[in-house]
Amino acid sequence: MTTPEPYVGPTAAPVVQHHILSVLVENKAGVLARIAGLFARRGFNIYSLAVAPAEGHALFSRITIVVDADSAPLEQIVGQLNKLVNVVAITDLAPKFAIERELLLATIRTEVDEQTNLMEIIAAANAAIVDVDAHAVTVMLAATPEACDALERTLEGFAEVELHRTGRVALPRLGKVTS
Amino acid sequence: MKLTGAQALIKSLEESGVDTIFGLPGGAILPVYDPLLDSSIRHILVRHEQGAGHMAEGYAMATGRPGVALVTSGPGATNIVTPIANAHMDSTPLVVITGQVPTSAIGTDAFQECDITGITMGITKHNFLVQSASELPRAIAAAFHIATTGRPGPVLVDVPKDVSQSMMDWWWPSSISELDLPGYQPTVDINQADIDAAVALIEAAERPVLYVGGGTLKSRASQQLIAFAERSNIPVVTTLMARGAFPDSHPQHLGMPGMHGFYTAVMAMQRSDLLISLGARFDDRVTGKVDGFAPEAKIIHVDIDRAEFNKVRRVDVSIQANVKDALIALDASTSTVKNLDAWWKTLRSWQADYPLTYDPPTSDGPLRPQLVIESIARASAPGTIVTSGVGQHQMWAAQHWQYEEPGTWINSGGAGTMGFGVPAAIGAKVGRPDRTVWTIDGDGCFQMTAQELVTARAERIPIKVAILNNAYLGMVRQWQEMFYDERYSEVYLSPDLPDYVKWAEAMGCVGLRATNPQEMKDVIEEANSINDVPVVIDFRTDSSEKVFPMVPSGATNDEIMVHPSQRGKRS
Repeated sequence: MTTPEPYVGPTAAPVVQHHILSVLVENKAGVLARIAGLFARRGFNIYSLAVAPAEGHALFSRITIVVDADSAPLEQIVGQLNKLVNVVAITDLAPKFAIERELLLATIRTEVDEQTNLMEIIAAANAAIVDVDAHAVTVMLAATPEACDALERTLEGFAEVELHRTGRVALPRLGKVTS
Repeated sequence: MKLTGAQALIKSLEESGVDTIFGLPGGAILPVYDPLLDSSIRHILVRHEQGAGHMAEGYAMATGRPGVALVTSGPGATNIVTPIANAHMDSTPLVVITGQVPTSAIGTDAFQECDITGITMGITKHNFLVQSASELPRAIAAAFHIATTGRPGPVLVDVPKDVSQSMMDWWWPSSISELDLPGYQPTVDINQADIDAAVALIEAAERPVLYVGGGTLKSRASQQLIAFAERSNIPVVTTLMARGAFPDSHPQHLGMPGMHGFYTAVMAMQRSDLLISLGARFDDRVTGKVDGFAPEAKIIHVDIDRAEFNKVRRVDVSIQANVKDALIALDASTSTVKNLDAWWKTLRSWQADYPLTYDPPTSDGPLRPQLVIESIARASAPGTIVTSGVGQHQMWAAQHWQYEEPGTWINSGGAGTMGFGVPAAIGAKVGRPDRTVWTIDGDGCFQMTAQELVTARAERIPIKVAILNNAYLGMVRQWQEMFYDERYSEVYLSPDLPDYVKWAEAMGCVGLRATNPQEMKDVIEEANSINDVPVVIDFRTDSSEKVFPMVPSGATNDEIMVHPSQRGKRS
C-alpha cells in the first residue's frame, strides 16, 4: 500500500524534521484507520506511509510512518500511538541511524530525438526499464529518497511524465544504536 | 454448552460481575433482550440512550466499578456518543454494547445502520466489531479488562444481529493472556530512579504544592495522599475531577484550583517552586494561559498514561505509575522535609484576605444560589453524593459544598456536558442506594435530560434535584455580561416556562418551589424527608449572580478576578 497523499511535486522537498516510526500492529480491520484518525485528531502530520504484512507473521503488519516531527514532539506522537490497543511495538528510527528506501515508477513519453538523452538519465540513475513501447518507456528506481528526488527532478525536463512513488520503508543501520 | 450469541453475551456480562445495565432496546439488539429476562442482572429502562450513558457514568464514578449500557444500532448508538465522549475525557470506565445490523447487511446503508465503531474510534479507549458468536466472550472480557485497567475509559462492543442470533459453544477466557491483546500493557513497574529524583526535588522545595487530579480517585489513593501530605506538610489543591480525594475540612487543603478556583489554591500553584501533579493533566481550565502558568515551578508528574508527560507543560521528573503506588513509593523514600512555615504563612494570609465569598442573602429573595447549596449541604447526611450539570451551578456546587470523601462529587469535567446531572445521579443512586443523592442542576441543564426522572420514578430511584433556576443559560450570560459588553444573545430561558413543579409532578416526582430563604429551608427539609420517589425543587435564584473568583479566558492565573467586595485588598 502506498501513501494516499496526492503527489505534490519535487519542489515540496522536505525541509522539516522527519522521523521514521516503524510500527508493528495487529493485522485487524480498521487498524490503519485508527492510526490515521489519531494523527488527524491530534494534529500530527504524516509525510509518508507504507503498510505490509510483517515478516513471518500472519497476525501482524508493519506500518512505516515518516512523521513530521515539527508538527508535534516525537514523544507525544509515540506516546499517543502506544495507547492504541492494536499497536504492539514502535521503533523510532532517527534518519541518520536508518537505511531508507523508496520505490519510484515513471512512464515517460518521448519523441525519438529525446530517447538517447533519456537512456543516459536512466543509466546514470541506476534505474531499470520495466516496460516499453514505441512511444514510451516505464522505469523503476528502488533507492534512497534523495536518489528518487534527484531522478524525479531530472525527469521534469520531459513533456509527458506519469510518476508514482511509494512511502518509504526503513530498517536500523547495522551496528548502530536506535532509540 | 450450546448458547446463542445473545445468551453468551448476557452470560459474559454476568461473568464480568455486572449487576446493573442501563439501556433501551431496538431492532438490532432485540435478540439480546430475550435472555436478559432470565438473568439476575438488573436492567434500567431509560427514556433516551444519552440517559443510559450518563447513568452508567454516574454508577461508575460512585462505585469505582465499570458502568454498562446496552443500546440498539443507528440512532440508538449515536445517541450514546455524547456520554462516550464524556467518559473518554474524564477517564471513566464504561462498557457500551451496541446492536448492529447483520454482518451481511453492513456497508449497504441498511435500516438503522451506522458505523459506530468508526464514529467512536477517537472517543473510546478501544472498540470492537464482533464478527462471530464464538468471539463474544473474549470481546466482552477484553472490553472490561481494557475499560478498567491502566488509564480507565470507555470501550464499545458492536454486536451484529446475526452474531447474537447464531449458536456457539460456550467458553470463557480463563486468563488475561487469552484475551488476545498483544499490544495492551497497562501496568508498569515504578522506576526507582524517578522516585529518587522526585524525592530530591521535594526535599529541596520551599513552596511545594500537591496538585491532585482525578487519577488520585481512580487509583483509590486518598488514604495514601492524606498520609503523605500530613507527613510532608505540603499544601494540597484538588481539581474539579478530584474533589473529595482529600477532605475539604483538612487544614492543609487550599481548595480547588482553576478558572473558578479558590484564590489561595490558584495563587499557591502560581507562586509554587514545585508542583507535584498526582493524576492530573494540566488542563487549560487549571493552567490558564500556559505560558504564564506557575512560572517558577519545577514539575513532578505522576500519571499512569505516559502520553500526558510533556503534553502541556515540560516536566522535570515523570513517574509512570498509578497515583497510589507512586505515593507509597514517594512516602517510603522521603526522609527529610523542609520547614514550610514561611510558605504556610503566605498561604494563610491569602486565605484570610480572599476567602470564598458572595453577596449577603436578602430575606425576601431571589435566592443566592451559593446559599441554596450551602443550605442543602448543611441539611444532608455526611457522605451525601452530589452530581451536577455544567455551568455556573456546577462551579458553585464544586466551591460551596464540603467534600469529605471519594466518590461524593460527580460531574462532567473535561467534556462539559450539559444535562449530565440528572442521569448521573440516577446511576449513582443505583450504585450506592445507601447514600442520599442530590443533583445540583441548572434550569438549562435540567431541560436537556429531565425525562430520565420518568425512569427514576418507574425504577424507584429516589434522587433529589435542586434546580438553581435563574432563568438563564447562566455561565454564557456571565461571559456576555463581563466580556461582551452586556449584550445578551440567546441566553434567556424564562423562570416559568416550563413550570418545573408541574413537570416534576407529571413525571411522578414530588415538585417543590422556593422563592425566599424561609421557603428554601422548608423545602430542603421536606425533600430530605422523602425517600420513596424523586423530588425536584425549583429554587428561584438571582440571575445577576456570577461565579467568582474567575480567571478570564486566555489570561494567566495572575489575572484572577476575585469577588467585587474583595477588590483592592492587598495581601
